This record gives sequence, structure tokens and C-alpha cells, in this order.
Amino acid sequence: MAEMTGQDRAGERAPAPRGWLRDAQLVGAFVLRRVFALMVTVLIGVYLTIVVANMGGQVDELREIQIRSDVSEAVRADPEIPAEERGEMVERRVQMERERLNLDQPFILRSVDYLRRAMLLDLGRAEQMHSDLGSRQVYAIITERLPATILLFGTANMLVFFASIFAALGLSRRYGSLTDRTVIGLAPSSAAPGWFYGIFLILVFAFIVPILPAGGMVAVPPPESPWAYALSVMRHMVLPVAAMFISSIFISIYSWRTFFLIHSSEDYVEMARAKGLPSGMIERRYILRPTLPPIITSFLLMLIGLWSGAIILEQVFNWPGLGTLLFQAIGHRDTPVIIGGVVIFAYLLALTVFLLDFLYAILDPRVRVGFEGGER
Amino acid sequence: MSRWSAGLRQMRRYPSAVAGMAIIVFLVGVAIYTVIALPYAQALDAWRGGDQWRMHPANASPVWTDRIAGGNAPPTITVARDDDATETETFEGGQRLRLPLAFDYDYDGFPTELTVFLRAEGMERPAFVRATWLRPDGEEIALGGHRISDGDRLSISQDTALEDRLGAVPHIGLFSAEPGARPPEVLPGRYELVLDAIVFDEDARLDADLVAYGRVHGLAGTDHQRRDLSVALLWGTPIALAFGLLAAVGTTVTTLIIAAIGVWYGRWVDAIIQRLTEVTMILPILPVLVMVGTLYSTSIWLMLGVVILLGIFSASIKMYRAMLLPIRESPYIEAARAYGASNIRIVMRYMIPRILPVLIPTFVTLIPTYVFLEASLAVLGLGDPVLPTWGKVLNDAQSEGALYNGYYYWVVSPAILLMLTGLGFALFGFALDRIFNPRLRSR
Repeated sequence: MAEMTGQDRAGERAPAPRGWLRDAQLVGAFVLRRVFALMVTVLIGVYLTIVVANMGGQVDELREIQIRSDVSEAVRADPEIPAEERGEMVERRVQMERERLNLDQPFILRSVDYLRRAMLLDLGRAEQMHSDLGSRQVYAIITERLPATILLFGTANMLVFFASIFAALGLSRRYGSLTDRTVIGLAPSSAAPGWFYGIFLILVFAFIVPILPAGGMVAVPPPESPWAYALSVMRHMVLPVAAMFISSIFISIYSWRTFFLIHSSEDYVEMARAKGLPSGMIERRYILRPTLPPIITSFLLMLIGLWSGAIILEQVFNWPGLGTLLFQAIGHRDTPVIIGGVVIFAYLLALTVFLLDFLYAILDPRVRVGFEGGER
Repeated sequence: MSRWSAGLRQMRRYPSAVAGMAIIVFLVGVAIYTVIALPYAQALDAWRGGDQWRMHPANASPVWTDRIAGGNAPPTITVARDDDATETETFEGGQRLRLPLAFDYDYDGFPTELTVFLRAEGMERPAFVRATWLRPDGEEIALGGHRISDGDRLSISQDTALEDRLGAVPHIGLFSAEPGARPPEVLPGRYELVLDAIVFDEDARLDADLVAYGRVHGLAGTDHQRRDLSVALLWGTPIALAFGLLAAVGTTVTTLIIAAIGVWYGRWVDAIIQRLTEVTMILPILPVLVMVGTLYSTSIWLMLGVVILLGIFSASIKMYRAMLLPIRESPYIEAARAYGASNIRIVMRYMIPRILPVLIPTFVTLIPTYVFLEASLAVLGLGDPVLPTWGKVLNDAQSEGALYNGYYYWVVSPAILLMLTGLGFALFGFALDRIFNPRLRSR
């Protein structure tokens, strides 16, 4: 649908043969450029993380400990080595390992190695934590928790996004009405983050009027049938999603309402009104269509904010996602998991940016006709 | 300047701005009062906890919440030695003392604990104390004898032998109207604890304090470590305001200057600033703070520094940039160049002031964001190790399962203060936005 309208418009301006193929090429080139730029960005971001993490020699220390424990385990498992020689043997092997892994090199060189490992998501081994399946790999621990986070935040973000756009369109039509003023008056409520409303929601709906679970993702023990399981997850999702919804809905409605108001006074909208087009069509074609790219940008900024808020919201609701994992890692002082968490969050943010860039490329006709100013 | 005063005059027409301003003034007032009434070092010392809070009940709710709900829960009753009532009888090499500690008890609940603190001064040999409990109905209960050395306490509540004799926990059994009744009921009236002591020194003095720990305490209640929550609630105000203000100033001002420099110099300066912005956009603020907090220190100043560093190249640079780009081409800048103004002068005196009105509302609405960020860190257990803050109260409440145990006040009072701060600045900022941004006002 979006493809069609865009093509029509491109066609009106200058008839181009085989429009969609050229469009795809331009979009493809744009996306490739963005992927490359984002990879470089992630590279720098992760490198900065490593440098910050290693300023106190933390990462080095961790690797040293891991090598030592591996080596002494291997030495102890070998019955050939007499007990009195073991200590010396361990020292010698640790030294060899250190040289083999270039730990005796200056940090500048080693940091490149750390960077390579982090980019390949080889995040090392956790000190104390392990995944539910028993793996000690940080990567396994994190990927196990990722779906829960994506489920919760995906749902909440989508709800907020669509609800606020429709509400904002409705309000901009009824500018100055009581509903409009009420929503505007409620906008300051978004000063508090989701977890904050979560505390109140738990207090009210789980303790004072106990109708919903206070935390967790499924009932204990988990229901057998998949339907009951899904239902249980949904019941547990109500409060955290509501908390996020309350904390960001009014501010998004507010900002988009303002935005639509500004755009609905443009000359071409007045023109469409004068032509007598139905208001639904005016909204879709004349207001929503040209404002979509900025809307997407602000959606991106909101998403980034929400990813960060995720940590505490999950912890408040005991939701077994990345945030709770990070919180547990703080409790255990499990540094590899914390650093791994930062790297994964950086990837997630980059992925978010990329997805929205991709949408941008499809939605913004300037990209398709090869008129990309480069600046937004 | 007239533009600013006109803006301020306009402010009075927005009730939300007035309300926001009132909240901010109230909070600033509380902050100033706190800093004067309870000096920093004293507050820190108090919040460290320990023996100084031994006369306070643990997990007591605020008095006023109980009274509003129509309750009559007991506050903490402390009875000190009354010199007039004390009978002293000296004998060779010592003295015999009789210390009656009497108090009226007329409340709808039992105390949470019963303890006698004894202070003996100038004694070489430990004194011997026999305690007797006198009830309003005339019954006498012997609480046994104890050998007392310097600065000792009698934990009557933890006397298991007494518990067996009474058939209930001592602080309930000693106050019950009818022993063994289910549920137990309080017998109102005058109670008396009589301490018969023998001190083996003619000049020694024995002081005793009977403490019947209550279920309500003060304006804010207490936490699990017996600390008065009002210390943290009061001191949380200046800390939250200072953190929010400093972080907001640090990020907005530097961001604006950097954006202006990028726009003015253009080319590679601009390109570097743009790329750095993109890098910080993918650096997750909270996880990075968590990492720094775990690896280095959780000092509030370090956190503030990291927040500002990460905030400098934030996404708002793009917004300022878009606003500054057209300004760069405007004729008055050209005029400034013509008279020979330096680059720095153009940036600082001609470009930045132009978009300050847009910046001020953003700045005000940013403050609560950072207040909540600090609270978030504390809730995660990464609060400053020594400072009493609202977030740390929330963190304590959460780790002690306050909601499960029904200590709602412990969660609600810091949350309300946080909400108040957020609301005050947000209301004010939104109103400022409407006043200073004519684009919105024209609608």
C-alpha cells in the first residue's frame, strides 16, 4: 500500500520506467549505507565500553582468574602429576596461557582482541551466575532472558505507539475540547518512569485489591496446556504493560497532537479541505503521510528511553528478562554478565535504530527517488 | 529582558504553572530547612544507623496515618528513672535501690517489644537487679534476677522462660487482660516495673530506662533498622534537587554549546560531533551507569559525572542543530562577522542566546528525569553508600518486602515525594513551553 502511493507520486513528478526496481535499488543502497554506519557506531560504542570497564584493570583480572581456574582444574584432574609439583605446574601453565592469549601485551593491543570477542558476542564466562539450563556462558545466559524482555517491551511499545497516534489525530480534530485539555493537563504525569507507576499498581491491584499477580511471568507451577500458559503470561503482563502505558501515553499524545496541529494548518491541507475531501482521507494522505518520518524518529527516541527503563521495571515486577538479569548480576558482582549486558543493550539499541531507519527508507519518498539530503 | 518579564507575567495566567511553581517553592523550602536544621554530617551519622536508634521501634508506621484511619495504636513509651520515687538504702560497702518505673497504657494494641536499658556508673563489681511487673489489676509477675555490668540491657521480650510461664510472648502476655485469650486483649491502666537493685558501691548510680516499643512513630515512621524515615525523606529533598539541577545544567548547557560550535564551524568538527552523538545514542545510559557503579564506586558525584558525560552528546544535539542551522545564515550574524567578531563571540553571544527560550522549558522538564534516574539507581542498589535518599528508602523497603508485610507507608511516602518533584517541575516546564514557544502558543 505504502509502495503504491509512493510510486504514484513519483510517477506524477517524472514518469520513471520500472519504478519499483529502481526504488528497491535505492532503498537497498540506503539500507546498506546505514548498516555500515551503524556497525561502525556499534564498534566505537563497544570499544568505549571496554575501555571504561578496563580502566581499573577489571577485565584483565577477570581473564586472569578464569585462566587460573581452568588451569588448576586441568592440573588437578591429571593423576600423573605428583601433588607437590602441582603448585609450580599451575604457575608455569598460567604463564604460558598468558603469553598465548597475549595478556602480557599492552592494553591498546589487547583491547582490540576484546573488541573482536565482544563484537562476535563471545562474552566469556560468568563468575557465579548460570542460565536455567546450567550454562555458564554469558551469551547463553543473556539470550535465554532476551525473549521475555522483547515480549514485554514490544507489546507495551506497540500499544503506546498506535494508541497515542490515533488519540493524537482525534484530539487534533477536536482541538480545545474538554478531552483535549484533560489530556494536555495529564501530560506532566509522564515525568515519572514506568517502574514508579508499577509500584503503585502493584500496591493497588496485587495487595489492596488482589486481582492480579504482583510479579513474575507465569503462575507457579506453570500451566501444562499452551493456552493456559499463554493466558497466565498475559495475566502477568497486564500490570507491567499498564505501568509503561501510563507513564508514556500522555506525553506521546501531547507531542504528536502538537505536531499534527502544526501540520494540519499547512496550505496543502487547507486546499484538500477546500476541495471537500472526507476528513479520514485528509488525515491519512495529507497529515499522516508527510509527518510519518518525524513520528518515527520520535518513536525511536522513546524506544531508547524505554530500553533503559526496562531494567528497573522488570526488577520491580520480577519479570525474568534482561533487566532482572542485570540486577541479579549487580547483586552477585558478576562483572562479565554486567559488561555483556551493556554490549547486548548497545546491540539492541543499534538494532532499534536500524529497524527504524529501514522503515524510514520505505516511508520517505526522498530516499526512493534518490534525493537523500543526508540530513534529517 | 522585557521579553522575560513579559513571560513571567504571562505565567500567572496558567494555573498549572502556578501550581508547579508552588510545589517547587515548597520543595526548595524543605531543602533549605533540612540543610539548616539537620546538618550534613549529623544526617549522615544518623543514617548510618546503629545504637543511637535503640530507643526507636522497628517498622513503626507514621502516627497520623493510624489516627486518620481511626486507630489508637501505641506510640513508643519511654520511662526514665524518677529520682523522687527512688528509694535508696545505704549499707556497708554498697546500697540497696528500689526504682519504680510507672506508666499509663491505654491503647488498642500491644507494644512490639519491651526492653530495660540500664546504665551503671562507677561500679567495680556488677550490680544485681530483680525486676517485678505490677499490673493494673494488682497482679505481680516476677521477671527474675539479673547481674548487671556497665551499660547493659534487659530484653524482656526475649525471655523464653517468661514466655513459657505466660503462655504468650512477654510483651503481649504482660499486657493481656486475660492470659491465654484468643485473640489477646489489652488491659488498660497503670503499669509499673519495679527494679530492686543491689549495688556494691556506696557512690555508684544506677539509671534505668524502660522502653515499651510502639507501633507508630513520628511523622514518617521507622524502618527495619529503627531509623526514623524522616531523616531520609527530608535529606532526600536537597540531594534530589541538587542532583537533578546539576545534571540538567551540565547536560543542556554543554549540549547547546557543542551543538552551536558544530553548526558554526561545520565540516569536520560538525561531522565528528554528529558521529559521537550517534555513538552515545546506542550506549545505554542505565546499564553503563550500572557497570560503572559496580566496577568503580557508587558515589553520587561519579554517577553525576557519568550522566553528564553521556548526556553531552545526547540526541537533543540533533534538535538544537536543526534550530541553529537557519540562524547561522541570518543577516545579524553576517553583520557580526562584518564588524570582526571572533568565532567564539559569535557562538556564545549571537547564536546560543537565540535558542535559549526554547531551551528553558526543556531544561525544567529534564530536572525530574534526573531525579528519577538517581532514584532508579538507588532502587537497583547502586545508591550512594552514605547519603540518605528517597531511592534508598524505596530500595530498603523493597528488599525488606515492605508491601508483603503491609508496611505501605515505607513505599508510599518516598514515592509521593518523588511524584511531587516530578509533577512540580513538569507542570512548570510544560507551562513555560507554551509561553516561550510561540509556535505552540499561536495554536
